[in-house]
Amino acid sequence: MTTQPRFAHTPPPGAIGAGRRPVAVIGAGPVGLTCALDLATRGIPVVVLDDDDTVATGSRAICWAKRTLEIWDRLGVGQRMVDKGVTWNVGRVFRGDQELYRFDLLPESGHRRPAFINLQQYYVEQGLIDRAAELGDLIELRWRNTVTGLTQSADGVRLDVATPEGSYQLDADWVLAADGARSPTRTRMGLPFRGQRFEERFLIADVRMKADFPTERLFWFTPTFHAGESALLHRQADDIFRIDFQLGPEADPELERTPERVMTRVRAVVGEETPATLEWCSVYAFRCARLERFVHGRVVFVGDSAHVVSPFGARGGNGGIQDADNLCWKLALVLRGEAPESLIATYDEERGRGADENILHSSRTTNFMTPKTKAERHFRDGVLDLAAEAPFARGLLNAGRLSRPCSLAGLSLQTPDAVPQADGLRPGDVCLDAPIVDAAGRAGWLLDRLGGPFTLLVFAGTEVSGLGQVSGLAPGLRCVVVAERPLAVPGAEVLVDAGGIARLRYGAERSAAYLIRPDAHVAARFPEVDPVRVAEALARASGRAGVAVQEAA
Amino acid sequence: MSALLNREDGFAGQADAVYESLIRAHHALSDEDSAALNARLVLILAHEIGDPAVLAEAIALARRSLGPVGADAAHA
Repeated sequence: MTTQPRFAHTPPPGAIGAGRRPVAVIGAGPVGLTCALDLATRGIPVVVLDDDDTVATGSRAICWAKRTLEIWDRLGVGQRMVDKGVTWNVGRVFRGDQELYRFDLLPESGHRRPAFINLQQYYVEQGLIDRAAELGDLIELRWRNTVTGLTQSADGVRLDVATPEGSYQLDADWVLAADGARSPTRTRMGLPFRGQRFEERFLIADVRMKADFPTERLFWFTPTFHAGESALLHRQADDIFRIDFQLGPEADPELERTPERVMTRVRAVVGEETPATLEWCSVYAFRCARLERFVHGRVVFVGDSAHVVSPFGARGGNGGIQDADNLCWKLALVLRGEAPESLIATYDEERGRGADENILHSSRTTNFMTPKTKAERHFRDGVLDLAAEAPFARGLLNAGRLSRPCSLAGLSLQTPDAVPQADGLRPGDVCLDAPIVDAAGRAGWLLDRLGGPFTLLVFAGTEVSGLGQVSGLAPGLRCVVVAERPLAVPGAEVLVDAGGIARLRYGAERSAAYLIRPDAHVAARFPEVDPVRVAEALARASGRAGVAVQEAA
Repeated sequence: MSALLNREDGFAGQADAVYESLIRAHHALSDEDSAALNARLVLILAHEIGDPAVLAEAIALARRSLGPVGADAAHA
């Protein structure tokens, strides 16, 4: 990035604007800003405190998954990310010069969003900041406002905040700690961050160049152009390429980040003739770690402050966006008095599962990439040698298990099937997209009609009869009917699924109705619209049913 | 312990031939290459077994058969 934006910093508020806030977010990175947007779209005012006055230096998180784009679509910021980013669906894995296999992460059509886009973190943050400005007074971004102290009471948090003009105190009902992998909030609260540290060192370089690498994820084991174990290449926006070199555990970080040495490695990849300039580089080691709990009284940890993983799999940034998606609707319900405070504990339960899943996958990838004993190396090299010839070995080959939405099946907010169903989406699964046509004849996407408030999604076939009573089932419950032809259903939005893709993806033959959570996960599904069962499932999904966590397991 | 793993004689009278084929597979290989060959055979045979629960029993049996050094299988 040639010029970094500088945002005007915010002096301590005077008597006006110094009052208690529902939510303060610490950290204006992708996760903190996504939290702010999500809460604001639900009508909750948010103050965001950041100790800096600009966006990220260097590309940092670059791979944004389909699920993240869908969440950003709900927040009105998905399209600008896709427009600026580089779309990809295919990954290739090489050993030296030989391609071992290729994989397509989105092998079917009928989805609005691709498997991934690559977009530098500084552009992501800029897009989210621009969107925050469009939401008016609901989001207040306070730059160069550094949190220096935190005191909890039973019903809120007092923050000490330092600015270049002096300090002040900010009272909030809830604080979201989105202050990154080295979270000062976590340190301040003395919370242990346990996990596994990996000794292996990696170099990442952002290189500006005109090059004809395909827009795919390219991964090499034992590359011909680099003496190390592996390398990874991604195209980003503005002709910037991310190249990741595995250096081994003995590498000297100071030496390896010198530009001459980095460019020697880069030229080995791109050739001597291609003009290339180094934009940014970093030498890093990583760990997989998490807080035991993410909710501590009225302080909730989101993103890297709560959990960190290795970068192979794009599970850090995308996991953090799923944290925001999971937490904010719950927080909005609690702040509006529509759900008990205990609902926030289910964020711990649900995103704890997500963190464990991400740590498991990312640790396995790292172990595959960094064999530590002779036996591990024999197995690893055996997989690589067999993979070219035997397809089963490609399943063992682990060059990154890329971020997927976490299923919340079996957790306490979801209502188990009365009769187990194999087809369609299980309670807890994230909703799938499908092309639809609205009542005005406009083509659109199913996911645009889900998420936001709780929604009852009803599959109606060709007839209105037999739908039961779909409107007025519960206060605030939106009803969306998916039909094979235009129908008139009072109190419901009707979408036409002429191609039958939605019916197929949702197993509508067996499950006529789905209760969809505000984060577009399935809360429950029903063979028919039964007002009593819908109301029970809605109460449970809103944390109002008093159902023990164990009961659903 | 459960009995997913077949611990009776499944060689149908061919045990000597099976053993001999394993010995021959390592013919003229260095210790290092033998270890590499074994790793590949394990991968191929693990795939033939398929079921992770059966494989887990096989691993546990193999670790136990090592005596005291194999005793920490659960943490391996």
